[in-house]
Amino acid sequence: MPTISYREALNQALFEEMHRDEGVIVLGEDVAEYGGSFKVTRGLLDEFGEDRVIDTPISEAAIVGMATGAAMCGLRPVPELMTVNFAYLALDQICNHLALMRYMFGGQVTLPVTIRMPGGGGHQLASQHSHSLEVFFVHTPGLIVLYPSSPADAKALLKAAIRDDNPVIFLEHEGLYNAEGEVPEGTEPAEIGRAGILRQGKDVTLVAYGGMTNVALEAADTLAEEGCEAEVVDLRTLRPWDKETVVESVARTHRVVTVEECPPVCGIGAELSANIYELAFDELDAPVERVSGADCHLPYAKELEQACIPHAPDVVEAALRTLGV
Amino acid sequence: MNKAELMEVYYLMQLARTFETRVAEQYTRGKMGGFCHLYTGEEAVAVGAMWHLRDDDYVIGSYRDHAYYLLRGGDPGKAMAELFGHKEGCCKGKGGSMHLFDWDINFLGGYAIVAGMCPLAVGAAKSIQYRGEDRVVVCFFGDGATNQGVYHEALNMGSLYELPIVWVCENNHYAIGTSVPRSSARESLARKARSYEMPTYVVDGMDFFKMQSVAERAIADARAGKGPSFIEAQCYRYRGHSMSDPATYRSEEEVEYWKKRDPIPRIKAAIKHDFEVEEEEFEEVDARVRRELDEAIEFASEGSELPVERLYEDLYVE
Repeated sequence: MPTISYREALNQALFEEMHRDEGVIVLGEDVAEYGGSFKVTRGLLDEFGEDRVIDTPISEAAIVGMATGAAMCGLRPVPELMTVNFAYLALDQICNHLALMRYMFGGQVTLPVTIRMPGGGGHQLASQHSHSLEVFFVHTPGLIVLYPSSPADAKALLKAAIRDDNPVIFLEHEGLYNAEGEVPEGTEPAEIGRAGILRQGKDVTLVAYGGMTNVALEAADTLAEEGCEAEVVDLRTLRPWDKETVVESVARTHRVVTVEECPPVCGIGAELSANIYELAFDELDAPVERVSGADCHLPYAKELEQACIPHAPDVVEAALRTLGV
Repeated sequence: MNKAELMEVYYLMQLARTFETRVAEQYTRGKMGGFCHLYTGEEAVAVGAMWHLRDDDYVIGSYRDHAYYLLRGGDPGKAMAELFGHKEGCCKGKGGSMHLFDWDINFLGGYAIVAGMCPLAVGAAKSIQYRGEDRVVVCFFGDGATNQGVYHEALNMGSLYELPIVWVCENNHYAIGTSVPRSSARESLARKARSYEMPTYVVDGMDFFKMQSVAERAIADARAGKGPSFIEAQCYRYRGHSMSDPATYRSEEEVEYWKKRDPIPRIKAAIKHDFEVEEEEFEEVDARVRRELDEAIEFASEGSELPVERLYEDLYVE
């Protein structure tokens, strides 16, 4: 099985889906001639031409609106927002147009738009370029939200997103672009809404996604050294998230730690823990522990920034608390 | 234009006007809720802008959308039922007055975020260009939209990609209660649009003939692949911004000034000037409109809301 990077996996998914369906177009800032600011769209212009790979002005709202209008009329656009931070400029088009038009117009429109956006902190890019905005989109009915954590998932989920007839927010973690992993030839689209169990364990469940999945895996290694077998669940899809897999895991381990990079207030961990209490209260041997990003803006200074982002020792500590250690 | 065509124009104007009159009655009787924005006074803009369209062209617009829907050939009964919130409406009662939509007539909807539909028009036009079709998109919005950021993003992209769009700015001089001079540094909205390198027109939007003439050229250019055009239609809404606005920010003199330019008596006079026509012929048209709207109200009244069990329907494609 070939080993490729997260970036290459995404690039392959775009190539394959554009070959498969000529309705797929790519648009965004610097996606064509420049090859994408993170080089995910490299080579697409030469292969598919400027009709299908479109450089746009710096106009995030109109990029999303253009994609929505084109989707309404039968295309399958894959707009890129250069980073998730710029999605703030497009929130009206994403949440107040794209997400609700099918519903508001009584099911008359189908909007197969996949908005790709890289996000996450850890690169000293300061407060305006380091956001984790997944909660904004998870909070919005009408959207599907995906966040792959590995090259194989990146490829399989992006293919699934493009083929899906609903609007999809496709989050990519900037810290993962160079991460390598095995990706099967002829990758098939993943099942949206299905979490993965990346490591099996009987003592505690660590639920993570996106850039936090590796943090959870690293924590599980450390816990194993201390004799604690952690199960690691990677959500992959944040909306609709896989309650069944999470609850089944909790029923096996009776302890759970949620790991998210975004701030904690009304966050992914809050959503997970509320559901776990509702659906599996009797299974719990300890309160749910949440590990999250700081409830703060990410500062520029390196050590201060790192203090805002969860690391493996934070997860280990939380897991040990659930075990009463 | 021959007599039959002109009588059709008269019919469309009366349909758009009378629909709003009847909506106001029903609104006052509590048959509908929410916001309700009437098109009364602006009929020549929409009738003129759409006169030269083909059935396969797209129309998209703002929340003052009843006229767009009807003039595209929408069913008045389905529009009225939508305003009543009934499942028999064109959007099953989920959209309401501000969000009519009908795929079967290529009406791509009314949108209630000012200028929010402008980039959607860009995308629809992109799909036309991509497929090598010769359809066009007509996008209606008000003077207030020209101060929104996304409006400028969309106009820029429309021109940059030379897309088949006709931008129709209904300059009715007020963004709710704030007049153009109080909200736009450049009072000429056409001049404001001209920096995006496209033909711009200023036209008397109270005059069907002038309106259709300018629109004909803009539509032909778009169809021929010459890119977008911008039409500033100077017009007036006789009512307030919405049913709940008494419009105290306008003087009686100003309202009277515009009412003297009412597009309906003007089209009637023009027909009489050019053709032998009896008053009864106009009365027959008026009676037809009344009958159609009576039927629309009856249809809407007989309907009912979607059952609550269907609340989540259409949220996702399953």
